[in-house]
Amino acid sequence: MKIAGLKCRICGKEFPAEPVYTCDNCFGPLEVLYNWDFIAENVSREKIENGPRSIWRYADFLPVENVEPIDLGAGFTRFIKAENLGEELGLKNLYLIDDSTNPTYSFKDRVVSVAVTKAVEFGMKAVGCASTGNLAGSLAAHAAKAKLPAYIFVPEGIERNKIVQALVHGAKIIEVEGTYDDANRLATEIAEENPDWGFVNINLRPYYAEGSKTLAYETVEHLGWATPDQVIVPMASGALLCAIHRGFEDLERVDLIEENDVVFNGAQPYGLPISKAVKYGKGIEPVRRLETIVHSLAIGNPADGIFAKEIIEKSSGFAEDPVDEESIEAVKLLAKTEGIFTELAGGVTIAALKRLVEDGRIDSSDVVVAYLTGNGLKTTEGIVDHLPGTVKIKPRLEEFEKVIA
Amino acid sequence: MIRVKFPSVFVSITKERKIEVDADGKTVKELLDILFEKYSELEARLIKDGELTPFINIFVNGEDIRYLDGLETQLKDGDEVTFIPAISGG
Repeated sequence: MKIAGLKCRICGKEFPAEPVYTCDNCFGPLEVLYNWDFIAENVSREKIENGPRSIWRYADFLPVENVEPIDLGAGFTRFIKAENLGEELGLKNLYLIDDSTNPTYSFKDRVVSVAVTKAVEFGMKAVGCASTGNLAGSLAAHAAKAKLPAYIFVPEGIERNKIVQALVHGAKIIEVEGTYDDANRLATEIAEENPDWGFVNINLRPYYAEGSKTLAYETVEHLGWATPDQVIVPMASGALLCAIHRGFEDLERVDLIEENDVVFNGAQPYGLPISKAVKYGKGIEPVRRLETIVHSLAIGNPADGIFAKEIIEKSSGFAEDPVDEESIEAVKLLAKTEGIFTELAGGVTIAALKRLVEDGRIDSSDVVVAYLTGNGLKTTEGIVDHLPGTVKIKPRLEEFEKVIA
Repeated sequence: MIRVKFPSVFVSITKERKIEVDADGKTVKELLDILFEKYSELEARLIKDGELTPFINIFVNGEDIRYLDGLETQLKDGDEVTFIPAISGG
């Protein structure tokens, strides 16, 4: 069997593979424990290359067995050599994974496909989550496919398109007065009261988080089974960065790659805890008031912050904290150079990358992969006022000629 | 009385999810001392090297005590104190 159980990330205590998320010994978070001999015997580069064009080509590394996945086609998104943007930034080997082309237009489809599959496997009666918006749309869509009701808790004031997207699939959207952290606390209390509901990023979190590892597998497969020199990852809770790190480790463990010394860099809007801790050499200090327009990264109390910080520091990477104006400019730069309209979190990532190059932390010849996690049409509110307006004319040739004169 | 809610992961120690404690006018730290007296195992698991574990957050009426007065936060009759595992991710 592939799944050996769950294991505490702090004290190492082991548990059966059930919908539990907290260690009863030290209250630390749990992660999936695999039978690596079994996986090594079953997986191969050829098997993966002949698999479906989705995250499920990496099923040997995902915590699902003996059940058909709830699959909308998440993953195996565009892998692009960004020559134009690289030229602007001074990088010869810049690559982008563009998750704005996922079924619900963000990387969340990777984690939700795994988590909703587990909810079905565990026979849960409903699914739910706390979300800053991208997870909401993804969970709503996958729940519809799985024929499960979905209860989704979001902070007030997130982008309208993210709400509309979740509503259209029939999910119940509960807008909570306060921040993401308030919505998350309430959702956790509700998850505690309803153990037969699968809250994907709470009681299904150990399984959910595994879906993001596929970004590492795709990176390596697209680079011809080699690792990049550096990666740059947007951070909210820090879970994505940790999952990509685990993904590279998995491949090394089963000898699908020869070396693994990837430098991890994180990107977070100015003032948020993980970047602040890495950049200024402090501990992770939660923040109550969040002053950024990048709602999808606005988590004041990041559960995986300490783990993400450790990975960044051990790999000799760094974290940058661009202000919102830099992130907006970076969204525009990416759009104008590569034809990709990413959401503001992607702007944070590119703006942070720009700073890292300027500070000499990334060499011009390094193979760099940046992760674009969502679609620009989801966060138009943040960018519309920073674009030139349209030109209005009467339908006459001479009017147009005046415009271009 | 103070209403105290525990997460399911405490139940092997506390046996129940909801209790009432006579801690009106006391601080969160004093409430913890009362709970540790009642559930001795809880102290060893919740306090590491003299500090509260970062993996459990304590809320008073829905607000994280970090943003109140921490362990010195004062409690009054009718307050609800909730222990919640630190889990978040957008």
